[in-house]
Amino acid sequence: MKAITLTFWPCSAVLTVLGGVLVMFAMTLSIPLIFALIFQETTIELFLQSIAICAATGMALIALFRGSKKEMIPRDGFMLVVLVWGVLPAFGGLPLMLHIEGLSFTDAYFESVSALTTTGATVIEGLDHLPISINVWRHFMVLLGGMGILVLTVAILPILGVGGSQIYKAETPGPMKEEKLTPRISETARGLWLVYFAISLACWLGYWAAGMSWWDGFMHMCSTMGLGGFSAYDASFAYFDSPAIEIVAIIFMTLAGVNFALYFIAWRNRSARVIWTNLEARSYFYLMLASVLGISVFLYVKGVYDDPLTALRYAAFNVVSIATTTGYASTDYAQWPIFAPIYMLLLCGIATCAGSTGGGIKMIRLILILKQARNELIRIVHPRAVVPVKFGRSIIEPAVLQSILGFLVVYLLAICLGTLVLLFTGLDPVTAFTAVIASINNTGPGLGEVGPAGNYKGLSDLQTWVCSSLMLLGRLELMSVLVLFVPHFWRH
Amino acid sequence: MNILILGAGRVGESVAESLVSENNNITIVDTDPSRLQELQARLDLRVVVGNGIQPSVLEQAGAADADMLIACAANDETNLVACKVAHERFNLPRTIARMRSPEFVENDPLISRDSGFGVDHIVCPEQIVTDYIEKLIDYPEALQVLEFAGGMLNLIAVRAIEGSPLVKHRLGEIPSLVPACELRVVAIFRNESVLLDLDGDSTIEHGDEVFVLAASKDSHDVLVAMHNTSDPVRKLVIAGGGNVGLRLARSIANNHRLKMIEPRKPRCEYLASQLPSQVLILQGDATDARLLEEERVNETDMFLALTNDDETNIMSALLAKQMGAAKVLAIVNRKAYADLVQGTQIDVALSPAHAAIGSFLTYVRRGNVVAVHSLRRGTAEALEGIVLGDRKSSRMAQRRVDQIKLPKGASIGAIVRKQASDPEDADQGNAVQVLMPHHDTVIEAGDHVVIFVSNKKDIYLVEKLFQVEASYL
Repeated sequence: MKAITLTFWPCSAVLTVLGGVLVMFAMTLSIPLIFALIFQETTIELFLQSIAICAATGMALIALFRGSKKEMIPRDGFMLVVLVWGVLPAFGGLPLMLHIEGLSFTDAYFESVSALTTTGATVIEGLDHLPISINVWRHFMVLLGGMGILVLTVAILPILGVGGSQIYKAETPGPMKEEKLTPRISETARGLWLVYFAISLACWLGYWAAGMSWWDGFMHMCSTMGLGGFSAYDASFAYFDSPAIEIVAIIFMTLAGVNFALYFIAWRNRSARVIWTNLEARSYFYLMLASVLGISVFLYVKGVYDDPLTALRYAAFNVVSIATTTGYASTDYAQWPIFAPIYMLLLCGIATCAGSTGGGIKMIRLILILKQARNELIRIVHPRAVVPVKFGRSIIEPAVLQSILGFLVVYLLAICLGTLVLLFTGLDPVTAFTAVIASINNTGPGLGEVGPAGNYKGLSDLQTWVCSSLMLLGRLELMSVLVLFVPHFWRH
Repeated sequence: MNILILGAGRVGESVAESLVSENNNITIVDTDPSRLQELQARLDLRVVVGNGIQPSVLEQAGAADADMLIACAANDETNLVACKVAHERFNLPRTIARMRSPEFVENDPLISRDSGFGVDHIVCPEQIVTDYIEKLIDYPEALQVLEFAGGMLNLIAVRAIEGSPLVKHRLGEIPSLVPACELRVVAIFRNESVLLDLDGDSTIEHGDEVFVLAASKDSHDVLVAMHNTSDPVRKLVIAGGGNVGLRLARSIANNHRLKMIEPRKPRCEYLASQLPSQVLILQGDATDARLLEEERVNETDMFLALTNDDETNIMSALLAKQMGAAKVLAIVNRKAYADLVQGTQIDVALSPAHAAIGSFLTYVRRGNVVAVHSLRRGTAEALEGIVLGDRKSSRMAQRRVDQIKLPKGASIGAIVRKQASDPEDADQGNAVQVLMPHHDTVIEAGDHVVIFVSNKKDIYLVEKLFQVEASYL
C-alpha cells in the first residue's frame, strides 16, 4: 500500500525540516541517557521512552511531507524557527514530566523553554535531590539553545540549502546578519559550533581543575557557556562557596558574552587582535569592568561587606552573572541596597554582544542608537553635515538603524504589556516588572518572589505561560516571532 | 634622450612640456586625437593616437629605440600593463609609472623587473601634492618647503616681511643676527625676477621671495627670522574631498580640527566612512558664502581649496580670505590662472602637475642626481646630486667651491657629508653632517651637493658637473 503523503500543504517543506530537527533532538537525548547508564539511575527507561516519542513524531512528519516538491522560500524560515522553538520545549519537557510526579505540562514546558532559551529560571525545587541524568538534560538543553538548534541543524543537515541562510538569520541574535564568515552558510554554522565546543571544553576542564566533580563540571559548563544560569543545586554557586570556581565561571561567562564570530575569525587569522579592536566587544569588556568595580565600591561604602576583597568577590561574580544574562547567584544579592540589583537587571538588557549566547537588546544596538543620537545633535549645530553612523570603517545603512529603532519600540512595548498582564493577574509590582525583564532578556532570576533566593514555582499557570512566551520572544529577538502575526505574511 | 610618454592628461602634458625644453625627443601616446593635436600645435613633439598597452601602438611610437617610458595615464592598470609590455617586448631600459593606489611601492617584487610589472620607479602626484600641502600646514609662514638629503635639509621659500629680524639687513650680517642656526640664502626674487650676483652686501627687502637652505631642525627659526611668527595651524577647512583632499585629511586628522566641504552626497558618505569621526563632513558648495559663514570660516587658520575645478578653488579661496581665514591655499591647474592669482589675496596657488614634475625629472636628469625640485612654475630648479670620481674624472671632486665653474644665477647651497667613520664611537658610523659651504670649502667624493639653478636653461651645465667622465682632464 502506498503511503499517504500530504504534499499539498502550504508549508509542507517546513514540516519536513521540523521532522528532521525532532529526530536530531531525539539523538541529543542520548547524552543524559549515557549519564543515566554511567550512574546506574532509574531514569534509563524514561529517557528511552522520550527518545522513542520524539524520534517517532519526527519520522512521521518526514514520512508525511517527504514528497513535497515545494522549495523552502525565504519567508518559510521564520515559520520554521518559530515552529521549532515552540514545539521542541514540549518534547524537552518530556523526561522532566515522566520523572517528577505532579509536574504539570505548563511547568515542564516552562522549565524546558527556560533551558533552551538559556534563561535559567526554574520552577523545580529540590534540585539537589534530582537524579544526575535529569539535571544533565536540563543543562544540556541550555548548551544546545545557546548557539541555536537550527544553526546546529544548518551545520549538520546540508539539505537545507539556500533556505539555511534565512533560518540562520532568523535564529542568530543581532542587527546585522548579512555578513557571512564563509561562502557557505553551513560552513559558517559548523565553524561557530566548533568554536563553541572548543571553548566549552576549556570551561569544563577549568571547572574540573577548580575542584568540581567531572559531572558537576559538565553541567555547569553547559549553563555557563549558554549563559543560561541553571545550577544542579538550589543554592546555585553558593553551594560550592569556592573563589576558584567563581573565577572560572566569571572568565567563561565573560567569554561567552562576546560574538562567537569574532573567535572564529581570530582562530582563522591566528590572532586575537580582531577581538580587542572590535568596538562592540571592547565596549562590552569596559562596561563589565566598570560595573564590577563600581558595584564593589558601592557595596563596600554602604557597609554591606566589611572587607573590600569580599565586596569585590561577590560583586564580580553576581554582576557578571546577571549582566551576561546568565543568572547564577553566589549570595542573595536581592538583600543588597536596591540600587545594585536594579542596576544589574538593567545591565542585562544591554551588555552582551550580538552573536553571543546572551540575551537582551545587545551591545551593538545600544552603540548604534547612541551614535545616531549623537549625530542628531551634531546635525543641529551643523545643518549641512553628513554624519552617517559608522561601525568600524563601514557605514550603517539607515534601513538597519530604522530596524533597530523598530526593535527597541517593540521591546519596550513587550516589557510594558508583559508587566501589565502580570500585574493584572495579581503579582506585586517588583516581582511583575523584574520577572518580565528577567524573562525577555533570558536572564532568569528577577527580584521579589522570583529573586535569587526564590524561583518561578509560585506563579500561576497564566503567569508561567506569559513568562514562557516572553523568553521565546526575547530569544528570537521579537521580530522573527511577531512577523507571523502580520497579515502580509500569510497573503500569497 | 628618446622619451615615450603615455597619457596626455595634465601630468603628461606638464612632463612633456618640461622635457621638450631640454632637448629631448618626446613621443606622446594617448587615445584622444584632439587632445594630442592641441599638444602638437604647441610643443615640438611627436604624437601617436592609440591604446598604449598595445604592442603595435608602442612600436609605432618608437618603443624599440626609446630610452625611457613615462606612463602617466589616469588608470593604474594602464600604466602597469604598459610598463610590462615595454619591458617584455621592447626591453625598454627605464620605466616610470604614475600610480594612484598606495599599495604598489617601489622595489616590491610585485612590480619589479624580474618578476613583476617591469616598473623601475613609481611616482604618485597626489601623494606629492599632499606632502607639499602638509609641509605648509607644519610651516604656515612658508610658501614652499622642500626636502633634500633624505629629509635632513630643507629648502624653504618665504616671503620676507618688514620688521622681522633679517629684513633690511645685508646677507653678510646674517651669522651675527641669528647665530643659533646655520642657514644659506640661495636666491632672492624681487618683483618676479632673480637677483644675480648675490654676495655679502646684498640686502633682503620687504616683499622679497627668499629661498633659504637650512637643516630641517632649524626650519622654524629661519621662518621666524624672515617672516615673524604666526600661530600654529589647528583649525582647517578643506574644500573638495577628492583624492588629494582625502589623503591630506587622513594624514592630519588626528592632530588638527578639520572640516571638509564636498558637494556630492555619495562622495560625502565615502569620506565619512574613510575618515575618523572627528572630521566633520559637510555637503555643500565651497563657493556658498552662507555655508562658509555658518561653518565659521573666519575662525579657521587655513582654508584649502582642493577641488578639481580651478574657478571654484580660486573663488572659494578668495571668499574665505575675505571672510577672515588666516591663510588660504588654492589648487590652480591652468597656467594662465596661476599667473593671474599671483600677488592677489590667495597666499599659495599650487599646481599639482607642476609640483609632481620634480619626481619625474629626478629620473631624467643625467649624472648622479638623487632629488630634483622644480621651483617657481618651472623656471628654476634645485637638485641634489652625488659627487663621484676624483679631480681627474669629475668637475667637482676635490675642488674648492670657488674653483667650480657654475652658470650665472646658480649656487651651491649645501653639502651633506658622511661623517668620517670614527673608530671610537662606532654607533655614530652612519651620522651625516650638513655643511654650509664657503668659498674655500673643498668638495669630496661621496658628498651630496645641493645646487640651486635660477635659470632652467643652465640645467644641462649643472648635470655635467655631476657626471664622471674618463676623458675629462
